[in-house]
Amino acid sequence: MIPAAFDYHRPTKVEDVIALLEEHGDDARVMAGGHSLIPMMKLRMADIPHLIDLQDVGGLGGISIESGRIKLGAMVTQHEIINHDGLASAAPILREAALQIADPQVRYMGTIGGNVANGDPGNDMPGLMQCIDAQIELIGPGGTRSVAARDYYEAAYMTDREDDEVLISISFAAPSGGHAYEKQKRKIGDYATAAAAVQLVKDDGKVASVSIAMTNLSDVPVWSEAAGAALVGTTCDSAAIKAAVSAMLADIDPSEDNRGPVAFKRHLAGIILSRAVTRAWDRA
Amino acid sequence: MNDMTPERDERAANLKGLGCSRKRVEDARFTQGKGNYVDDIKLPGMLHGDFVRSPYAHARVISVNKDAAMALPGVLAVLTAEDLSPLGLHWMPTLAGDKQMVLADGKVLFQGQEVAFVVAEDRYIAADAVELIEVEYEELPVLTDPFEALKSDVVLREDLAGQTEGAHGPRKHHNHIFTWEQGDEAATNQVMDNAEVVVTESMYYHRTHPCPLETCGSVASMDAVNGKLTLYGTFQAPHAIRTVVSLISGIEEHNIRVVSPDIGGGFGNKVGAYAGYVCSVVASIVTGRPVKWVEDRMENLMTTAFARDYWMTGKISATKEGKITGLHCQVTADHGGFDACADPTKFPAGFMNICTGSYDIPVAYLAVDGVYTNKAPGGVSYRCSFRVTEAVYFIERMIEVLAIELDMDAADLRRINFIKKEQFPYQSALGWEYDSGDYHRAWDKVMEAVDYEGLRKEQAERVEAFKRGETRTLMGIGLCHFTEIVGAGPVKNCDILGLGMFDSCEIRIHPTGSAIARLGTISQGQGHATTFAQILATEIGLPADSITIEEGDTDTAPYGLGTYGSRSTPVAGAATAMAGRKIRAKAQMIAAYLLEVHDNDVEFDVDRFVVKGAPERFKTMKEIAFASYNQAIPGLEPGLEAVSYYDPPNMTYPFGAYVCVMDIDVDTGVPEIRRFYALDDCGTRINPMIIEGQIHGGLTEAFAVALGQEIAYDKQGNVKNGTLMDFFLPTAWEVPNYETDHTVTPSPHHPIGAKGVGESPHVGGVPCFSNAVHDAFRPFGLKQTNMPHDHWRIWETANKLGLHD
Ligand SMILES: Cc1cc2nc3c(=O)[nH]c(=O)nc-3n(C[C@H](O)[C@H](O)[C@H](O)COP(=O)(O)OP(=O)(O)OC[C@H]3O[C@@H](n4cnc5c(N)ncnc54)[C@H](O)[C@@H]3O)c2cc1C
Repeated sequence: MIPAAFDYHRPTKVEDVIALLEEHGDDARVMAGGHSLIPMMKLRMADIPHLIDLQDVGGLGGISIESGRIKLGAMVTQHEIINHDGLASAAPILREAALQIADPQVRYMGTIGGNVANGDPGNDMPGLMQCIDAQIELIGPGGTRSVAARDYYEAAYMTDREDDEVLISISFAAPSGGHAYEKQKRKIGDYATAAAAVQLVKDDGKVASVSIAMTNLSDVPVWSEAAGAALVGTTCDSAAIKAAVSAMLADIDPSEDNRGPVAFKRHLAGIILSRAVTRAWDRA
Repeated sequence: MNDMTPERDERAANLKGLGCSRKRVEDARFTQGKGNYVDDIKLPGMLHGDFVRSPYAHARVISVNKDAAMALPGVLAVLTAEDLSPLGLHWMPTLAGDKQMVLADGKVLFQGQEVAFVVAEDRYIAADAVELIEVEYEELPVLTDPFEALKSDVVLREDLAGQTEGAHGPRKHHNHIFTWEQGDEAATNQVMDNAEVVVTESMYYHRTHPCPLETCGSVASMDAVNGKLTLYGTFQAPHAIRTVVSLISGIEEHNIRVVSPDIGGGFGNKVGAYAGYVCSVVASIVTGRPVKWVEDRMENLMTTAFARDYWMTGKISATKEGKITGLHCQVTADHGGFDACADPTKFPAGFMNICTGSYDIPVAYLAVDGVYTNKAPGGVSYRCSFRVTEAVYFIERMIEVLAIELDMDAADLRRINFIKKEQFPYQSALGWEYDSGDYHRAWDKVMEAVDYEGLRKEQAERVEAFKRGETRTLMGIGLCHFTEIVGAGPVKNCDILGLGMFDSCEIRIHPTGSAIARLGTISQGQGHATTFAQILATEIGLPADSITIEEGDTDTAPYGLGTYGSRSTPVAGAATAMAGRKIRAKAQMIAAYLLEVHDNDVEFDVDRFVVKGAPERFKTMKEIAFASYNQAIPGLEPGLEAVSYYDPPNMTYPFGAYVCVMDIDVDTGVPEIRRFYALDDCGTRINPMIIEGQIHGGLTEAFAVALGQEIAYDKQGNVKNGTLMDFFLPTAWEVPNYETDHTVTPSPHHPIGAKGVGESPHVGGVPCFSNAVHDAFRPFGLKQTNMPHDHWRIWETANKLGLHD
């Protein structure tokens, strides 16, 4: 578990990062917290001759909450998310999810930008970002652009981001209603066997709107529009939840691994979603 | 007694001897990062080694091209089997009487097998060079299933072609290693044929790995000028390693110094000899510089010794009332590519023949077949005495299965069949003499402590509620009563590579009344420096705090067979007490001389010798120590030293009674441990706090093994759980709360009555956790479901029973 040799760059400006990316192309990669990237390098599954550390780059940090809009700099750590009181009340689902990621040591280093940019189907933030309909802001040689989290993921480790682009922030409207992030894992420090993010608005005793996303049940996060549609207008009774689960099951495509066979994962996805919906409903 | 003399109790307390929860003296350095592990050893000019390993489980090695690696600046050597063969070191003997390739000799037999050894100026260059070595392989058919291996035409061990006789008798097939039989087969079958009740069950005790925090490694330093080899390494048996190195290298034993520094856990993983040790030695000879090899986590999990992998089929017979009449056990043991099990020579399946457990079973038969497959070699005793975990799992499952067949309560069934207190020493049907026990007392104490009746009532109510659809959680009550067999062992039947399994202690008392004692064992976290000083404190009357315990350096410590199989206290601990008694005997003569009375007119009193009947006349051990160095005592040599080599007359048989209460979410397969109650009887208790720590640790490893930890292979022989992401090591978060308890049944033959405890909780814990899972589903018809009981397997069990319909 010793990485191949690499050059280490530590720029201070985003422009310099982009220049390095342009210069070295495929041979360069940015590093945020390093807690996904370094293990891959140590396993020699990623060979990165030029490693660009983002730790000193200005303008990538900070959490802002202004007139109902929340913005997280790419370098905001999971630890910061958990401990930011404003965020915890404006978007409590983030804290609930972040607390279920890895362990404190990892969360001190791991960043929201890295988690979202990585493209690992096991990461929890991408599904969550789809659930709350976040926008991902990228900067590249041609300037900045914004892409919806729901459009960002193409396949495992394949995203809409170009090799010479850097993720600079993530923003979303403060979610309303009840929330739940439900995750089953084998132990602390494990990725999800199945996880569900639910944000639900109740009006007049009925579901007014709901957004549902599933994690680690396909090679990309799955925002299940149909699952949400099955709940809208219902009282979240067991028949409605059942319908939502069937709709969700049509959207996921889990594969067998050490966490279990496909039949188990599909069954579990249904249980996890039912529990998340019930909790979000109770909180709405 | 004059006023200045402290009370007896106070004097005893000052010694911090037997029974004292003395804080571990090791912890000051471990908790401050001041330990000295193999990887902390840095010698001038030291080089670093790394292995090229096979990606295939079975393949011919056509060629190894080193050119690109040798061209990399900083690379000094690349060793292959071809380079080692002139020295005769391309193969090495295993502890089980087989031989094992050090580096691939024409073929590889498991994924991760060592193919070439790179030696470079630093660890990073070595790793880069590994990537540059081109190995051409020709893949061969892979056998990962031992039953298939026994039928297959594919020959795994071509080097053994035509050998129909192995180290343990006849071989029935080219992939067969041995058959080991114990007990009386004909008599057992006869009992089975005529029994009122017979039940058969098959179970797989999955392959797992001891996974110590510190991986294996060594630093070899050959001094070309004086011809001396120093070898630092993660050795649970440093003296045996010295002898083995001498035998295979031809270097005279006095020219070899083996040092086990601090060891970060062993659990059996560090008993065997590994290719890395040999290669570091050869590389040091070749380069004339010290060479370090330290494996990484994946290498540790994939290639150094595994544990378990036993396929067990049992048959148990009983009367209708539940009195067991016979036991039959057939094991197919998957040993991987080489037979590198770490067992005493005459026991190729370890002490599997303790599988009659805590029960009075009149007749029994055991047969074990060892088989080669394309998996890593090993077969060590992971936190247990040799194969005892397998044996206890087997019998504790068979008891449960029999209880189901008889429609009886499993606790009652155990109670009916326990060996009774008055039956000890008890001769078991499979050849052991259990030294002591009081199983009923322990069992009843635990049943009362957990309110067993109440738990069963609650469970029955839960089942009804489940059936009514009011809950999706079932409740399991796991029971286990285990009997361990530890302290190998008597030289008459226990040896490793011909070395008798005695152990040793050498004591030197210093003039001012402090002491150093050296032992043939080596602590890997067990706290020897703490507890052995306590044994001595009580024996020789000097405070434990004034006694240094040293182990692991073969140039200074007396010869011993090391630490594994809970043997340190039963064997080396006994040697310590015996050596202490020699010190005391001489001290008595010195005291008598100083007090001007006959030897028999003084008696030992905690920390002094007193004149019988005149306790105000005494000499403290401190005074005696000084006198031994400054007085010319007629008929006595100066100084106060002793050595003892202890050959135990028998094993010791610790036991315990455990209960686990578990709630299982039927829909997610998640088990929640509500309660775990562990009563251990390890005889005399030296340090209750250390015992408690050992129990917590052993139970945690049991929890891991029962509920998720495994080394599994796919059909191509790829290891599926080669990292800690997939190999389950529980954290503080997952680990349940443990309640501990004890009874004390001293060993009648051990000098201080102690029995060894480090492994008991693991041995008893695994079946207890597993039985809890089984018990939860018993009302729905479950008889047997194999470990590890991870989420998906528990879910699958529920699913097959129709609980999701
Ligand atoms: C033991 C362990 C358990 C874990 N468990 C979980 C878990 O349960 N759930 C979970 O979600 N995560 C888990 N993680 C991953 C952890 O949360 C990571 O830290 C996170 O996924 C990536 O964040 P990072 O800042 O460390 O990114 P890095 O590792 O630095 O980068 C990850 C990838 O993203 C790219 N990248 C990073 N920042 C940017 C950027 N600003 N612009 C463009 N590309 C960028 C990198 O080039 C790299 O390809 C675990 C990690 C460990 C070590």
